Amino acid sequence: MTTRMFGEPITRVEDDRFLRGEGRYTDDMMAGSLEAAVLRSPHAHARIIDIDVSPVLDIAGVHAVYTYDDLTGRMAEPLPLLIPHPALTNGRTQYALARDEVNYVGEAIAFVVADDRYIAEDAVGRIQVRYEFLQPVVGIEAARRAENLVHGDVPGNVAGRMVQSVGDAAAAIATAPHTLKLDLTVERSAATPLEGRGTVARWDPDLSRLEVWTSTQTASGVRAAIAAKLELDLGQVDVITPDVGGGFGVKIVHPWPEELLVPLAARALGRPVKFIEDRREHFISSAHERGQIHHVDVGFDDDGRILGLAVEFWHDNGAYTQYGLIVPIITSTQLLGPYKPPNYSVTFESLYTNTVMVTPYRGAGRPQGVFVMERTMDAIAASLGKDRTDVRMANFIQPEDFPYDQGLLFQDGRPLIYDSGDYQMLMDKARTLIGWSEFEQTRKKARKEGRRIGIGIACYVEGTGVGPYEGGHVHIETSGKVKVSTGLTTQGQGHQTVFAQIVADELGVPIGDVEVVTGDTRRSPYSVGTFASRSAIMGGSAIALATRKVRAKALRIAAEALEANVEDLEISDGIVRVKGAPDSSIALGTIAVLSNPLRYAFDEASQAATQFVVGDPNKPPVADDEEPGLEGTGFFSPLRCVFAGGIHAVIVETDPETAEIKILRYAVVHDCGNIINPRLVEGQIHGGVAQGVGGALYERMVYDEHGQLQNASFMDFLMPYVTEVPRGIELDHLETPSPLNPLGVKGVGEAGVIPVTAVFASAIEDAEGFPITSMPISPSELYELRLLNAKEGRTDEGTKE
Amino acid sequence: MTISEPAAEETQHVRLHINSTTYDIDVPPRRLLSDALRHDVGLTGTHVGCEHGVCGACTILVDGKPMRSCLMFAVSAEDYELTTVEGLTNSDGTLGPVQQAFEECHGLQCGFCTPGFLTTITAGLRENPDPTIDEARDMIAGNLCRCTGYQNIVSAVTRAAEISRGEGKHAAEEGDNT
Repeated sequence: MTTRMFGEPITRVEDDRFLRGEGRYTDDMMAGSLEAAVLRSPHAHARIIDIDVSPVLDIAGVHAVYTYDDLTGRMAEPLPLLIPHPALTNGRTQYALARDEVNYVGEAIAFVVADDRYIAEDAVGRIQVRYEFLQPVVGIEAARRAENLVHGDVPGNVAGRMVQSVGDAAAAIATAPHTLKLDLTVERSAATPLEGRGTVARWDPDLSRLEVWTSTQTASGVRAAIAAKLELDLGQVDVITPDVGGGFGVKIVHPWPEELLVPLAARALGRPVKFIEDRREHFISSAHERGQIHHVDVGFDDDGRILGLAVEFWHDNGAYTQYGLIVPIITSTQLLGPYKPPNYSVTFESLYTNTVMVTPYRGAGRPQGVFVMERTMDAIAASLGKDRTDVRMANFIQPEDFPYDQGLLFQDGRPLIYDSGDYQMLMDKARTLIGWSEFEQTRKKARKEGRRIGIGIACYVEGTGVGPYEGGHVHIETSGKVKVSTGLTTQGQGHQTVFAQIVADELGVPIGDVEVVTGDTRRSPYSVGTFASRSAIMGGSAIALATRKVRAKALRIAAEALEANVEDLEISDGIVRVKGAPDSSIALGTIAVLSNPLRYAFDEASQAATQFVVGDPNKPPVADDEEPGLEGTGFFSPLRCVFAGGIHAVIVETDPETAEIKILRYAVVHDCGNIINPRLVEGQIHGGVAQGVGGALYERMVYDEHGQLQNASFMDFLMPYVTEVPRGIELDHLETPSPLNPLGVKGVGEAGVIPVTAVFASAIEDAEGFPITSMPISPSELYELRLLNAKEGRTDEGTKE
Repeated sequence: MTISEPAAEETQHVRLHINSTTYDIDVPPRRLLSDALRHDVGLTGTHVGCEHGVCGACTILVDGKPMRSCLMFAVSAEDYELTTVEGLTNSDGTLGPVQQAFEECHGLQCGFCTPGFLTTITAGLRENPDPTIDEARDMIAGNLCRCTGYQNIVSAVTRAAEISRGEGKHAAEEGDNT
C-alpha cells in the first residue's frame, strides 16, 4: 500500500543537489558567455543632454555598447505597463534605456557587452553623459506638495486615485458614540533576495530561435514580453527558469530592461550574453515597497465595535508604475482583515517620486493595511480601557458568516468575498499559545526587577491564489516514471516536493518516481507565475486535475488489458490491480506502452507497442476520441481568491536606558487550509517572520533629499542575521479547507510577514505606554519618542498603573 | 553600436588546490577568487550574494578557515588548500554531516546562501564539536539568509554535531520534523 503523502512532513526532493553545490542558478548557466554591465544614472532627476560612448570603443574586449539611440521599433517604446487599471490615470513606465530623462538614481542609460563583467564595468566607467539637473521629488510629503513634478505631464505627481466604499462611513462616524483619528506611517523596504536579477540568452541562427534563462517568477510573462519587444513570434522564444535564489515579489516584475537587452545583444552579436546584477544595482535598480502614509477616522460603540471606518492614504510608487496600482489596492482592501465594519470608505493616491519604482514585495501592501487596522483596534481598546483581544473579537466575522462579502472589489477585479475561516478559534489558540491572560502577572514581576516588557497581538487575512489560471502536465513514461511540468516558477518554496506529493497520492505511485519541472515554457507554455501565495492552490490544483485525467486514462486501458471493470481497479505503488485479485495486475509503465501504438521497435518496451502486436485490427490503432501516450494536461481557474488568515503575538522587552528592543517570545497561529507538507509550511512562516522583523525593527531605504540611496549595501541596509530573529517561533495550526479548489488549500507564502510590523508596534506601545504610529522603529527613534512623551506627560508608569 | 575587436586582458598563471584537486588557470590579477572558482574552474556551487563580504554566501575554507572568496584575489590563493561546497561530501559520495543535517532539518529553501552556511558550519564544528544553542547561533551569525528565518539552520548546526559524533537516528526515520 502506498503511504499517503499529502500532509506528510517529508524532506525535500530539491535539497540533495543544492547541498552538493549542484544547483543551477542563472549565473551558473552558459559558461563562456559575454557579460554585460549597465551605466546607471547617478542623478535622481535629470535631462540627458548627450552621451559620448567613444572612449569605450578602444577598450580591448568590449563587443557592443547600446544607448537609447540604438533601439528601434518596439524596443524604442516604453516598457509595458503590466497591469492597467481605470484608476491609474497617469501610468508611466521607463524605457529599456533612458531616452532623454532619468527619474531615479539607478535608471539604465547604457548597456555594455564585453568579454567579462570586469571589462564591461571598465567601459561603463568611461562613458561620458552630460546632464541638465532637474529638482528631485523625494518622499511622500514632497510628492503631495507637488512644488516639483517627477513627470512634467503628470499634475500633482498623482499616478492614480481610487475610492471604494461600502455603506456610509462618514455618517456612521458622525453619529458614533466614540471617535478617534490616527496618522500612521510605514517606511520603504525591499525584497532583497540573496540572488539578484540575472538573465542569459543564446540566439540559435540555424533554427532562428532565442533561448533565455532568467531569474524570474514568471517564465511565460518574460517570454511574451521578449517576443513582443523584440518583434519575434512567440514560438521563436523559449524562456527557462533555472534555480532562482529567492524572489519575494521583486522577480514577478517583467520585463526588466536587461531581460530585453540581453537577448537583443545575443541575437545581434551571435554569441551568448549574460547579465548578472550586483548588490548595489539590486538596491538602486530593482523594485522597493511599503512606503505609505495613512489617515484613519473611526467611529465605534461602547464595546469597541467599529461603526464606521474612513481611511485615506498616500502611496509612494517611485518613478514608474510598471506593476500598476496592485499594492495600494491590496492595502485598501486587505486592511479590513478578519473584521466586518459595516461602513467603510477608503481613498488612496498613488504618487510619483524620483526613487526606485515600487512593486509588490512579499505581503504586497498587506503589512501596511494590517498595521493600520491593528493600530486602530489597539487605539479603540486604549480609549475604552478594554482588553485588546476583546475589541478584536467584537469585530470578527463569525464562522456562520462565510462566505462573507466585504462589498468591495479586490486586486483581481473580483468581489472581495472570504471563502472560509474561523477567526475566533484562531484567537483562542493565539491567546493560549502566548499566555495572554497570564501576561499581567509576568509584567508585574518584570517591573519589580526593573524590566519593561510588553505584549502585542495582530490579526490578518490574506487573499491568496489569485487567478486567472495555472496549468499542469503529467506524463507517465514507459519506464513507469512520472514526469510533471507546470509553468509557474519556483524560488525556494519546495514546489518540486509538494507537487510530487500531490501526484504520488492522486496516481498511486512512489514519490521517488515523480519528477517535477517548473517554469519552462518549452514544457508548459500556458502559465501565469508565482506570486500572491498562489502556487500550491493554482499549480497544485492544476497538477491534481491533470493527474486525475491520466489516472482515468490508465484505468481505461488497464480495464481493457485485464478484462475488468474500471470500478474494480486500484492503483498502488505504480501497479494497477483488480481489487481482490492481486495476481491480475499491470504496471503503469506497461499501460504507457499500450497507450502508444508504434510502427518501429527500438527497445523491448516498444516491441510490445508496435501496431502489429496489440489492438483490434478492425479499429484504428488510436481511437477517434483518443490521443497516443499516457499523459494529460489540466488547468485550474478559480472563481476568486481564497482567504488564509492568522494571528501573531509577541512579547518584547525594551531597555529602560538604551531603548533596545528585545524579542522574548514570538507566537504564530495560522490557517492555510489543508496542509500539504507541514515542514515546508513552517519553513515559510519562519522565513516570513524574519523578514517581518527586518521590516518592523531594522530595514528601511534611506534616501537623502537629492534622491541618493544612502544605504545601498548589506553593510548599511540592516537585513536580519540570526542575531536579530526570535530564538524560537511557537506555532499552532488551524485547517479550515477552502471550498474553492480541489485540494482545499490556501496560500502560505506571504503569511509570515504580513502582521509583523503591526504586532511589534502593539507590543512596544504596550511596553512604553505611548502611541507607536510609525514603523520601522529603531532604538534611537524609540529613545526620542520617550523624551517627547515624557515632556507631554505620557509614560509607561503613567498609563499602566 | 557594435565593435569587432577581439583582445585579451593580461593574465597570470595560477595554480589552485581545491577539494584535493589541482587546477591550473590563467586569470587577470584582479580576478576575484569567487569568480575564478565559479567561472574559470567551473565550481559554481560557491555563490556570490553581495561582493562586499557581508552576506557570507561565497564563504569557502582556506586551509580550513572560513574566508569570503569575494574578498580575495585568485592570485592570492595559490599556496592554500581550498575547500568549497563541492568538497563537503563524504569520500563515498554521500552527503557530509552538515549537508545531511540541513536536509533533515529543512535548513534551506532557495539554496543560494546555503553553500556559505555549510562551509562556515563545517569549520565551526571542527573548532567546537558540541555547540550549545547559543554557540550554534554565534557560529552562523555572520551569514545572511533571506528565506529560512534561521530557525532550522540553528537546528541543523546542533544536528550536524550529533551526526558527526555518530549520535542519533535519521530524523526522517523517526518521523520527527521539528
